[in-house]
Amino acid sequence: MKNEWPLWEIFIRGQHGLSHRHVGSLHAPDAEMAVKNARDVYTRRNEGVSIWVVEAKHIAASAPSEKGPLFEPSESKIYRHPTFYDIPDEVGHM
Amino acid sequence: MTRDEALFEFLLRMGDNTLILGHRVSEWCGHSPVLEEDIALANTALDMIGQTQLWLGLAGEVEGKGRTADNLAFLRDAWDFRNVLMVELPNGDFGQTLMRQFLYDAWSFVMTDWLKGSADERIAAIAEKAHKEVTYHLERSGDTVIGLGDGTEESHRRMQAALDYLYPYCGEMFEKDKADELLAEAGIAPDPAELRAEYDDIVGRVLAEATLAIPGGDYVHKGGRNGRMHTEHLGHLLTSMQWLQRAYPGAAW
Repeated sequence: MKNEWPLWEIFIRGQHGLSHRHVGSLHAPDAEMAVKNARDVYTRRNEGVSIWVVEAKHIAASAPSEKGPLFEPSESKIYRHPTFYDIPDEVGHM
Repeated sequence: MTRDEALFEFLLRMGDNTLILGHRVSEWCGHSPVLEEDIALANTALDMIGQTQLWLGLAGEVEGKGRTADNLAFLRDAWDFRNVLMVELPNGDFGQTLMRQFLYDAWSFVMTDWLKGSADERIAAIAEKAHKEVTYHLERSGDTVIGLGDGTEESHRRMQAALDYLYPYCGEMFEKDKADELLAEAGIAPDPAELRAEYDDIVGRVLAEATLAIPGGDYVHKGGRNGRMHTEHLGHLLTSMQWLQRAYPGAAW
């Protein structure tokens, strides 16, 4: 439908200083109303302290068909997970 | 009239406005044009029902006859309600609902802002909480009035019609009687007329941006806030709102 409002992707930052997390999408005529709608749709139960909205068309995404070349090469490189090293106790949490 | 009698009257007016408008707005639940507006309107309605619990709860306390907020909401008949006429009018179309919401929110905004400094601490505390909710309601309804007023030819026409229909009901919010005078002297509530300038400022700004014209004429529909004569619509609203408590007295879940 031509007259439909554009789609917005909604990101909410929770209570504990975490980064904004994608929570879903909604329709709104402009960015300001998208923030208001996000407030009403996604923060009714006290979920957030900050809202980001991005019009969905501005998000560039990787193509599912390129999964192989994009992600498989890293599967065989387990040495990139630093789990093989003995860390001295004095270092504490890293 | 004693101070407590005046206070009871005032608290009924506050609580009945939010109760009746909250109920009207809740009628949109499941029927709004889009999902996002549906949820937003339901939130607004719930905020107003929440405010009602506080206003009518305190009213029952002040009256001192053991009536609770629920008793006052569900067991009074039309002539005992003290809401202004505007909030009991049927919703009309979506634009008319949002126009009414805006015209009410602007009043509620300046009213609760004043009441935050009330000499009665119980009232100041309720106003403090309500004002935050109302600030958001006003922002939302104001933006929607601007969006629809300055929108398509059809939305503009509908919003202007809504304004022409509703504006003559605004004046009642600024009426004054003995109860208002008593409370104004005591610093408990404002002289309603005092709120008019700030109200006109907010409403004028938004309507100008919405490219809508405030209708001329100074006729004011009134009779709700003093209970003298409600519209025929209030009885119908109460019939559905109070049905459950009337048919099953004391029912709870």
